Amino acid sequence: MTHGNGNKPEVQERIGVYVCHCGSNIAGTVDVVQVAQWAAEKLKHRGVVIAREYKFMCSSLGQELVEKDIKELGLTRVVVAACSPHLHEKTFRTACARAGLNPYLCEMVSIREQVSWVHTDKIATTAKAKAVISGGVERVIHQVPLEPLTVPINPATLVVGGGIAGIQSALEIADAGFHVYMVEREPSIGGHMAQFDKTFPTLDCAACILTPKMVSVGSHPNVTLMTWSEVEKVEGYVGNFTVTIRKKARKINEELCTGCGICQEKCPKKVIDNVYEAGLGYRKAVYTPFAQAVPRFPVMDVENCTYFENGKCKACEKFCPTEAIDFNQQDEIVTINVGNIVLATGYDLFDARRVTNYGYGRLPNVFTSLEMERLTNAAGPTNGAIVLRDGKTTPNAVGIIHCVGSRDRNFNNYCSVICCMQSLKFAHLVHERTGATVYNFYIDMRTPFKDYDEFYQRVMEEGTLFVRGKVAEVTDVPRIPSEEGKLIIQVEDTLVGRQRRIPVDMVILSSGLEPRADAKETAKRFGISCSINGWFIEKHPKLDPIATMTEGIYIAGCAQGPKDIPASVSQGAAAAARVLGKIEQKEMALEPVRASVIEEQCSGCRICNGLCPFNAISFHEDRMVSEINPALCQGCGTCVAACPAGAITGTGFSNDQIMAQIEGLLMLNVEKEPVAA
Amino acid sequence: MTETFEPTIIGFTCNWCSYRAADLAGTARVKYPPNVRLIRLMCSGRLDPTFVFKAFANGADGVLITGCHPGECHYIEQNYKALRRFILMRRTLQGLGLEPVRVKLVWASAAEGVKLAGEITSFVEEIRALGPLHWGKSDESSSVIHQPSSLQEEVPA
Repeated sequence: MTHGNGNKPEVQERIGVYVCHCGSNIAGTVDVVQVAQWAAEKLKHRGVVIAREYKFMCSSLGQELVEKDIKELGLTRVVVAACSPHLHEKTFRTACARAGLNPYLCEMVSIREQVSWVHTDKIATTAKAKAVISGGVERVIHQVPLEPLTVPINPATLVVGGGIAGIQSALEIADAGFHVYMVEREPSIGGHMAQFDKTFPTLDCAACILTPKMVSVGSHPNVTLMTWSEVEKVEGYVGNFTVTIRKKARKINEELCTGCGICQEKCPKKVIDNVYEAGLGYRKAVYTPFAQAVPRFPVMDVENCTYFENGKCKACEKFCPTEAIDFNQQDEIVTINVGNIVLATGYDLFDARRVTNYGYGRLPNVFTSLEMERLTNAAGPTNGAIVLRDGKTTPNAVGIIHCVGSRDRNFNNYCSVICCMQSLKFAHLVHERTGATVYNFYIDMRTPFKDYDEFYQRVMEEGTLFVRGKVAEVTDVPRIPSEEGKLIIQVEDTLVGRQRRIPVDMVILSSGLEPRADAKETAKRFGISCSINGWFIEKHPKLDPIATMTEGIYIAGCAQGPKDIPASVSQGAAAAARVLGKIEQKEMALEPVRASVIEEQCSGCRICNGLCPFNAISFHEDRMVSEINPALCQGCGTCVAACPAGAITGTGFSNDQIMAQIEGLLMLNVEKEPVAA
Repeated sequence: MTETFEPTIIGFTCNWCSYRAADLAGTARVKYPPNVRLIRLMCSGRLDPTFVFKAFANGADGVLITGCHPGECHYIEQNYKALRRFILMRRTLQGLGLEPVRVKLVWASAAEGVKLAGEITSFVEEIRALGPLHWGKSDESSSVIHQPSSLQEEVPA
């Protein structure tokens, strides 16, 4: 015999083994009585002083059994062979703690999910249960007492993204009395919602409900608002993040600027506004994106400013009554400390140019949904007049195409959630303002939330025409005289079962939502991940759609997946509630499954440095050793496995423990007991 | 000797995906052969190649490594490290004159109980077809590769 447990020195520990029947769930395929007897006899030399079987170990009587043995028999280790540790590890650890044993000296091995429920041969299953228990016993010998780590929680919070989700989150936290830093990369907060005219299904004006909230954020004593700014670096861990923010140079002294708007008025340079006006309108080279912008300070567009082009002009400086123009202003790097972070970075609109057969960018009277939002907006480039690209002609017939870039294998498989309702809203507005005939081309109508279907009924009653079918093509090539000068929508009407060509004057593409183009880099910066489609991944798709796998980082709004305004607001508020819960704890306990470096054994090779996705490992140049920050470490153990010097240990999953468990699991083979008879 | 060879397989699972897949296989009562004995790690990235050779040295005929699907790792990207090590381990096994297919890597999400059970079943058959490894039976061969911390413990008294 070479390597079994037979020739190992006697173990000093006093181990109790508890085998659960789980009614007949385990006892049905595992001879639990025999297993307990075997453990008491054959594992005696491994320190097992007592082995019991019981009907339901997790019952209070079962737990008392363990507690009593710890006290009376002086057990130093406990092995519970029952269900999956994911179910009852905490139960038995707590029981051990009640009896005065460090909870981490209790090892739970599964003989139900991984044994009795998946095998049928009683002899083989019983043998496997023995092997699993033997593995647990060997492993628990090497377990060491652990204490949970506690870290203090910094009460300040960072909210990234000033759209409606971020605004809601920031206000909830600030109203509760805690400080919020809000970072927004555009010159103003407000997000996509600030571009909209009406909101479905109630048709209340977006600005009327949004701008008061924006003002609250801007004037809240607990909010530090940083627009025209971006997060560059995130270090630290839950409760103690250090965030580096780049405040891009506005070329405006915020201390002096009153937001009077004279500089915008006097600036001679007009620039097409591709962001706020979706390319339909102009702004100046020094500008606030819209009249109600928060903050009111303008931003200078250096790339388009005449002064930065040829050194002349300075009209803004000349007319500024407070001397707030500062052409020499540079980007500023700000470092803040926060305990929690809410990411509400929003979405990008699907680029409709990619669906070439719909002609966007080639046929002038094909519009995207965002262009349509600006066109219908009373404060938009046409003052709310729905007209063709020439700026004056009112359309007589309008086609609205749903699912552009969504539910389409060529682009995005997912449903963008908002487009059906948005299309209905456009149908209503076009109908109301122009009296035009409106066609909606849909694959399926999806109107599932409160008052949404009622809105659909209303739009149908208004006379909007619905054609069920995916549009094949939008073309300006006529086949018959009545199609001349029109855009022709070629579609298979699947309810009639035939091809149709419908001439219209204007086409609106209800483009889908896409993750931000830089969502992956953002995720990496904050230590979270993106799904296959590129949305931020939540901790659990149903039970925790707000937290992420990284403690202290929460997600809200469309950054997590397409959603409408009510859902974004709900998620923003929910994220705030989670943050407030963390703040109120003041400090939090972390599972003590962590890696640490034994300095004497570290050769300073730095192999581990690049392996950690949480940046928990730092290198000390002076001592030439690596060190692991226990609060940053998530306990994956990759560095433990990689250290060529064996200088990194992982608590809870040490090399000794796993090696011993392998030995224990294979002990029966060494003893030449057949696995299956 | 007419009895069929029953291989012993050590399976490494990660805490977040594949162990939960094994839990799910149990809850759903999906059946697979009892030849596999599972060890739970926090992450497939924790898998030290030493563990694999230790398992072979102690009598395992095959080693199954499982983890979250690429892109779905709980620890962001550590399963890619497991993947790299897996490829190296297969090459090393070949260098040692062993069949590299005695180590197998399977991705299984927490929802893929049926898939995991299927992979275990086919792996048991693959190893059964290869025959026993007999590594753990030869003397003094078991402590070939060890890290210092475990060496200290393993040195015979």
